[in-house]
Amino acid sequence: MSTTTEYTPKTSTGRIANFVDQRVGGSIIVKEFGRKIFPDHWSFMFGEVALYTFVLLLISGTFLTFFFDPSMAHVIYNGSYNPLKGIGMSAAYSSSLDISFDVRGGLFMRQVHHWSAILFVAAVSVHMLRVFFTGAFRKPRELNWVVGGVLLILAMAAGFTGYSLPDDLLSGNGLRIIDGVMKSIPLVGTYLSLFLFGGEFPGTVIIPRLYSLHIMIVPAIILLMVALHLFMVVVHKHTQYPGPGRTNDNVVGFPVGPVYAAKAGGFFFIVFGIVAAISGLLTINPIWNYGPYDPSPVSAGTQPDWYIGFVDGALRLMPGMLGNFSFEWLVPLPWGTNTLTLNVLLPALVPAGIMFTIMFTWPWIESWITKDKREHHLLDRPRNAPFRTGMGVAGVVSYCVMWAAASSDLIATHFHVSLNDVTYWLRVLFVLGPILGFIVARRIALSLQRKDREIVLHGRETGIIEMTPEGTFSERHEALDAYKLHTLVNYEDRKVIPAQPNAAGHVSRSEKRRGALSKFFFEDRVAPVTPSELAALHAEHGHGPAEIEGSSTESIEK
Amino acid sequence: MGDHSHGSPDDSGTVAKAGTGTLEKFQDPGLPPHRKRLADTDPHAEKRAERQVALLFIISIIGTLSFFIAYFVLGRPENISEIRVQNAMLGLGTTFAMLGIGIGIVHWAKTLMPDHEISEMRHEITTEADRKDAEEIINQVIEETGIKRRPLIRNTLIGAIALAPIPAIFMFRDLDRSGKNAGEMIEQFRHTMWDKDVRLTRDPSGTPIKAADVQIGSAFHVIPEGLDEAEDMLNEKAKAVVLLMRLDPSKMQVSAGREDWHVDGIVAYSKICTHVGCPVALYEQQTHHLLCPCHQSTFDLTQECKVIFGPAGRPLPQLPITVDSNGFLVAQSDFQEPVGPSYWERG
Repeated sequence: MSTTTEYTPKTSTGRIANFVDQRVGGSIIVKEFGRKIFPDHWSFMFGEVALYTFVLLLISGTFLTFFFDPSMAHVIYNGSYNPLKGIGMSAAYSSSLDISFDVRGGLFMRQVHHWSAILFVAAVSVHMLRVFFTGAFRKPRELNWVVGGVLLILAMAAGFTGYSLPDDLLSGNGLRIIDGVMKSIPLVGTYLSLFLFGGEFPGTVIIPRLYSLHIMIVPAIILLMVALHLFMVVVHKHTQYPGPGRTNDNVVGFPVGPVYAAKAGGFFFIVFGIVAAISGLLTINPIWNYGPYDPSPVSAGTQPDWYIGFVDGALRLMPGMLGNFSFEWLVPLPWGTNTLTLNVLLPALVPAGIMFTIMFTWPWIESWITKDKREHHLLDRPRNAPFRTGMGVAGVVSYCVMWAAASSDLIATHFHVSLNDVTYWLRVLFVLGPILGFIVARRIALSLQRKDREIVLHGRETGIIEMTPEGTFSERHEALDAYKLHTLVNYEDRKVIPAQPNAAGHVSRSEKRRGALSKFFFEDRVAPVTPSELAALHAEHGHGPAEIEGSSTESIEK
Repeated sequence: MGDHSHGSPDDSGTVAKAGTGTLEKFQDPGLPPHRKRLADTDPHAEKRAERQVALLFIISIIGTLSFFIAYFVLGRPENISEIRVQNAMLGLGTTFAMLGIGIGIVHWAKTLMPDHEISEMRHEITTEADRKDAEEIINQVIEETGIKRRPLIRNTLIGAIALAPIPAIFMFRDLDRSGKNAGEMIEQFRHTMWDKDVRLTRDPSGTPIKAADVQIGSAFHVIPEGLDEAEDMLNEKAKAVVLLMRLDPSKMQVSAGREDWHVDGIVAYSKICTHVGCPVALYEQQTHHLLCPCHQSTFDLTQECKVIFGPAGRPLPQLPITVDSNGFLVAQSDFQEPVGPSYWERG
């Protein structure tokens, strides 16, 4: 930027622009973003909800830090909540009570913070489901998918470290579970626990340590990742749903200024408003009911926040003993016997480990199976990728079974069934559910594709019943307009690609495996209607498509 | 930029793209014609939309004002129901303040701002030429450092960099500031406050328990005497809490070596679950089962707390008890095994 510019601004906007531009080069940014096109779809809002709830977390969290005392020093409560007056507790719990009862609006801010956290993880999760089911993770967006997965893990870490801070009975028991899980890790687990808690559980340092993580390093990394995530969105430009005029080479939508900025900006206030309504009207985490942490009592029906539920549920599903066989395995080693606590280690690490591994590597798994290395900017309607939709549903079912297991006791008491039976059934579902989910979801997707074919070939059902002079009844079908038709026929037709020999004419084992997977995924497929197919059908019926489109005198009968 | 795009197969040739070059495809009809909104054609509708937006902003102003009313007029609430009212009013004030702005802006954008969809071409993230240039630059940089030609420098550098972060890991050693060595740290898990002749007292009052007070079917939450004076009270309590129950001795299966651990059917078991350490707080009198409310591990009291359901892999440790000369229940010794969740060194 040259300082000796000839340009003299006349309006005040111009003067401000001139000032900013000469110092930071603002006009480049305005040129790049001012009229940048973003496609519009309701499903694109989940990511925005995640971003906005994170902003709310920063705002409400900063307010809370002004009043919260992250100390486990023993104090006698003397605040205005009478039932706990005179009771010994940690300074952390006492100051959390003060925020709730003696700081005006403090309870509201606590609730905004907690509800935002719950919504944040939920929005991140739903956003990831949207990205998965529409294939938005494909080249060139694989790395952004990975960044999103890291953000999900960070969101859970932020939630967990914050959940424990008030040092109430419920969160204290949650920490004790973490301590138990940590101790099950071979070799290093015991020391991890001892170092984290500064000695034996619960010690006096865990709350301030979690506080440091919760307000500094975790949100800092989240911010960094969010910046990276959005940067990549700008580099790639947003994906769009297929439709007339929308191709792999263009972006159709509204410009940032003014429409998209207004919609997205206004949406922040809407999200804030909804969070405020929930926080004003619905109690979350009433820590004053739980009491201060004490290692002896526990309340029945304890549950973690929803996003940790799947791990807790996995812990509940795992049988510790089968008959007289214990999963707690005593390993005889040369220097003595060590304990491998498989009944804790397996459910805590394996399901989450498998899920996140498949999630992170899925873009590459899919492009390996389909041999598709092209760039994709057009999304798939979930029905047009039955294999992926099936896999996604299998993952969702497996997650939800674990999640439901975290409520096994509440399911049992609520529906008056045996707790043991609930657990047995959930164990069965954990094994069979994902398989059934895959099959059913893929079948539904294929059926919907067939329905689309049907509509393209025979037209839309109008709901008009006609009677011929002979007395037969039929429903009039109306041909689709070119725009609707284009949406229904324009999708990727993925076919089985059998194992291919390499340059030396040899079919490698991994290529054979790929071929088998390709067959498994794409053997059943519904091909999109082609123009010649439609023309042939019309010829058979003795009329051309133009006639159908033109008037209501002709009807297509099935 | 135009209002319509006809999806030309605009292939740059450097990166393969999906959706182009397929034979036998329907032609893209392009963007559907733009349909005008009511406010685009009818000045009355436009005026009405304008007033609606303004009304929404006024609702927001009223919301903010009602926040202040809740904050100052309700002032400092005295009891929990007043706090509930104030919280709801602060929340609703904020809700209207925010939704008024948000819905107002979105309504404005949707009714009054242009709604022509615009098509913009995507551009390559990079070009092959750029990539080649970058590769060349990096190769040149590597070449100029000479790192490939000087393996001595390279290898010592790798060694130095690999070693350098290790002190940072060791600095975390003092996260445990007890001064104990590794063996002593692990050894702590084997000991609790229980010892010979330590009285069993009620949790939390600390009053001792007479054997005669413990009826069949009753259950006591027990802590060792003197817990309140302990240095790390919570740490000691986290290991030492015990459940005390009385069974019909004829129903009990007692294994060899434990014959004198109970007092006429009065038994004491660690309350800390062997799964991941929750307090096993629920006692079902009828079935003599102990249930952990966290993960539903179920222990059968008549079979020395054997696991009969749930994720725990090991029975609850039993505390050997007896009666002292005054008729109070006391421990015979500490637990014979570590209480709580298993760990690698437990053996």
